[in-house]
Amino acid sequence: MRWRYFKQHAFFAIVRLAAFSIAAAIGAFLVYILVNGIGAISWEFLSEHPRESMTKGGIMPAILGTFYLTAGAIIIALPLGVASAIYLSEYAKQGPVIRIIRVGVNCLAGVPSIVFGLFGLGLFVVFLQFGSCILSGALTLGFLILPTIIGASEEALKSVPQTFREASLGLGVSKWQTILRIVLPNALPGILTGSILGIGRAAGETAPIMFTAAAFFTAKLPSSIFDEVMALPYHVYVLATAGTYIEETRPLQYGTVLVLVALVLGVDLIAIIIRSYIRKKKRW
Amino acid sequence: MKRKIKETIIKNIFLFIALVSIVILALIVIFLFIEGIPVFKVVSIKDFIFGIEWYPTYDPPSFGIWSLIVGSFIVTLCASVIAIPLGVLSAVYIAEIAPPLIKEVFKPVVELLAGLPSVVLGFFGMAVMAPWLQATFDIPTGLNIVNASMLLALMAVPTIASISEDALYSVPQEFKEASYALGATRFETIARVIVPAALSGISTAVILGMARAIGETMVVLMVAGGAAAIPESIFDSVRPMPASIAAEMGEAPFRSDHYHALFATGIILFGLTLSFNLIADYVSHKFKEVGSATL
Repeated sequence: MRWRYFKQHAFFAIVRLAAFSIAAAIGAFLVYILVNGIGAISWEFLSEHPRESMTKGGIMPAILGTFYLTAGAIIIALPLGVASAIYLSEYAKQGPVIRIIRVGVNCLAGVPSIVFGLFGLGLFVVFLQFGSCILSGALTLGFLILPTIIGASEEALKSVPQTFREASLGLGVSKWQTILRIVLPNALPGILTGSILGIGRAAGETAPIMFTAAAFFTAKLPSSIFDEVMALPYHVYVLATAGTYIEETRPLQYGTVLVLVALVLGVDLIAIIIRSYIRKKKRW
Repeated sequence: MKRKIKETIIKNIFLFIALVSIVILALIVIFLFIEGIPVFKVVSIKDFIFGIEWYPTYDPPSFGIWSLIVGSFIVTLCASVIAIPLGVLSAVYIAEIAPPLIKEVFKPVVELLAGLPSVVLGFFGMAVMAPWLQATFDIPTGLNIVNASMLLALMAVPTIASISEDALYSVPQEFKEASYALGATRFETIARVIVPAALSGISTAVILGMARAIGETMVVLMVAGGAAAIPESIFDSVRPMPASIAAEMGEAPFRSDHYHALFATGIILFGLTLSFNLIADYVSHKFKEVGSATL
């Protein structure tokens, strides 16, 4: 008997160790980035152009570029994602069509980001001749986050109680009106959470924009969606690997990494907080 | 009658939009093949996949990606060795053992780990882990399999943990109760009842975690070292497929053989991750435990 409980204690200890080592790793990582990066952060760093072949100055164009790319991606992915989710959750009946769509969405979610980069290069940059620009990058990122948005929206739509729909249909309201006026408003917070997570994902991706949008350095800010932009993740990569002054620009690199991490995790944190708020507030 | 027509039209509009994901998947395949197939005019499929010499810029060039494929598999396997136990055990911890308060904190932490941009992990690997590994183990470079695998493991853990956790949650409560009623301890219940019942979900989680690791680009680009050769030890550098594509596409002249070879590498990579995903889908449907028998 004691042996059995000893085994249990030993197992629980191992499991706790595994879980806490992950938490400790991410904690230590964030603290390290914060401590090393905070020194570089200043108003000038956030608001100025890079100077002297990117060894001095700020990262403003990269922040702005990431903002444009992410905004573009969400504008593309949100309507497509929500509409797909509406079909999957409200209209589709169990059968081969829905099965194929689901497998397709899952496979799309599993496509490596570098393959999205190749696809964006082949389709938008070369075939449609957009060139390397905001539009190409935003389309590529939009397609990349589409499965995230579909998944989250579908879950949000499914969590709206069936009785809401029945009550509306019972009053003689058409199916479309029911979806528009009853189901969607109730699913909105969940859809919002999913979109915010998609924004976080799009803002942090590097590989899909390497060949489709990101520029090493631009002297001017973009004036249209057909211009190349600098972007935060690509800027981190460039500073860390391609410069001749890699060691000298370490503070700049830590600063840029800190801004990127704060941006992405801040966005994710907002989504997590909204979601736990919805769960607590749920009226049904 | 008019209303019925309108409803049908709306339904079909949504169907068309839902098919966009499939269309994108098809377009990915089409454009990978359009840009990738031409390389097979200069090298046979067999020599491309199994050739061990990757000298795309030499004259004459040689396009053999076997060492790239081996590089991809080796970092993925090493990462899995670390990530599978960590991920599955944390899932067991969250689903079965952790007190509610710790669970509330721990789940978002894992989610934040999932959201960490890969370029940031790559940077950490270059700036912190590589010098440390180099000094500690007295090796020529810290940019190697070990370094890349540890970071890839960190990226795969959230995938494995969250999907395994869902699988553990979906095990019916009755299974657990029946086990306790027979006098089993919590450990015995977890090890002999809950985990076996959730095994298909856990396998799916592991496969998807490995798919994530094999397709990850920035970490292997920045940290794996970039040597296109078959490694002899875990402290050697490798050049996994995504790293090769990302590093060389910028330099490869437009529509040159090198350019096409990189797209063809993309086809192989895409095929690998696609099959991982299809296997995961198959496993999760085929071996799903459905329902439970009660009196």
